[in-house]
Amino acid sequence: MPRLLLSFLLSLVLCLPASAQEMSDTDRAATGGAQTLEDILARQRGEKIDDSFRREATGNADSAAGIAAQLGTLGGASDPELWRALRYGTADITVSSGGDAARVLMQDGGMRWLQFRDGPLSVKGAGLLGGTLVFLVLFYMMRGRIRIDGEKTGRTVTRFKAIERFGHWLMAGSFILLGVTGLVSLFGRKVLIPAFGHEAFSTLAIASKWIHNNVSWAFMLGLAMVFVMWVMHNLPSRTDLKWLAQGGGILSDGKHPPAKKFNAGQKLIFWSVIVFGASISLTGLSLLFPFEMPMFAKTFAILNETGLAGLAGYGELPTQLAPHEEMQYAQLWHSIMAFVLMAIILAHIYIGSVGMEGAYDAMGSGEVEEQWAREHHSLWLEEVQNREGAAAPADGKATPAE
Amino acid sequence: MKSMLAAFVAVAVIALGADIVLEGMGYSVEDANAGPAVRLDDAGE
Repeated sequence: MPRLLLSFLLSLVLCLPASAQEMSDTDRAATGGAQTLEDILARQRGEKIDDSFRREATGNADSAAGIAAQLGTLGGASDPELWRALRYGTADITVSSGGDAARVLMQDGGMRWLQFRDGPLSVKGAGLLGGTLVFLVLFYMMRGRIRIDGEKTGRTVTRFKAIERFGHWLMAGSFILLGVTGLVSLFGRKVLIPAFGHEAFSTLAIASKWIHNNVSWAFMLGLAMVFVMWVMHNLPSRTDLKWLAQGGGILSDGKHPPAKKFNAGQKLIFWSVIVFGASISLTGLSLLFPFEMPMFAKTFAILNETGLAGLAGYGELPTQLAPHEEMQYAQLWHSIMAFVLMAIILAHIYIGSVGMEGAYDAMGSGEVEEQWAREHHSLWLEEVQNREGAAAPADGKATPAE
Repeated sequence: MKSMLAAFVAVAVIALGADIVLEGMGYSVEDANAGPAVRLDDAGE
């Protein structure tokens, strides 16, 4: 019996190190409460660790030694504790100017932003644009230019008034400038400096920044104009389903599903431009006036409350963001939206120029060949002709010019 | 074509106007970050 008791006690003693090992995740006695090797390794593995033991260890003013005593001047916080408070943004900072943003002396989120910006954002963004261009070239090689199938009538129909074309080109011209200068800004350090050198890029970067900042207002004005002028024509209708079911007829000759002023494809482009353009504009304004238009903490709070963040697999999104983090999220979202819209617009430019005979005239002179209108916007042509009360006036115009 | 050219001219005019107006309203980086104790270029003078 004593032997049995002894072996039981021995087993118990031998188990102790094992249980101590299991608790090592949270037991930081060996380091005096500081992070352990396991903490560092876990962070390097990319695991999410509870850093409250560091975040909250920023000293205690109430336990400060008297001002005349030894260490009294530290005010209850050692140097490491002060640096920790700076590191986690809880230190009481006074600045001469710059507001809340200047009070953030360390912001480690910047590293995540930079890595994402120089990594996935740049690589996938370039891939998206390059892939779209390759797709369009292949499509052109296979399909060729979509010609007007029927015999041309020689008569034209006014498709877009001057003010509509002005709004379109105001937005289009500014978008191309913004797209090019945005790409210059994003790829400058990685691509342009190695290719052209610092001096040349400096001049290009300064010009790009000026253009990007100031031309943005023309884009926003054009976006608002286009929305007001065309929103009623772009509301979904049953005709769109038929158009989509036939692929818009762009894959084969002689197939022309009926469409009103805008077909389903154009409606998709319209709403993409409006939604993506508005999102780009809002984040652009946030970037134009740094730290004055924070919007992501509020958006994240709404996403958390509605459960949308969880549904998208992101868990709980942060609702306490440093001013710099707001700007970082704004820059990333701005770029992501811009890349997607640029890819869509490349396809739009293709079909409006080399991809389809007669399409450019709609935005060039505003006058389109009547047969083109009959093939691509038959319902709209009927409406116009009914409205004007004459299918083909003697002067060669289906409708009078504006 | 005229509409397109007019729009491109408008882009340039709006951009120049925006620069002048925003600069005049004190929205330059210098103006936004300068203060009584912080001089950036000549904005703090």
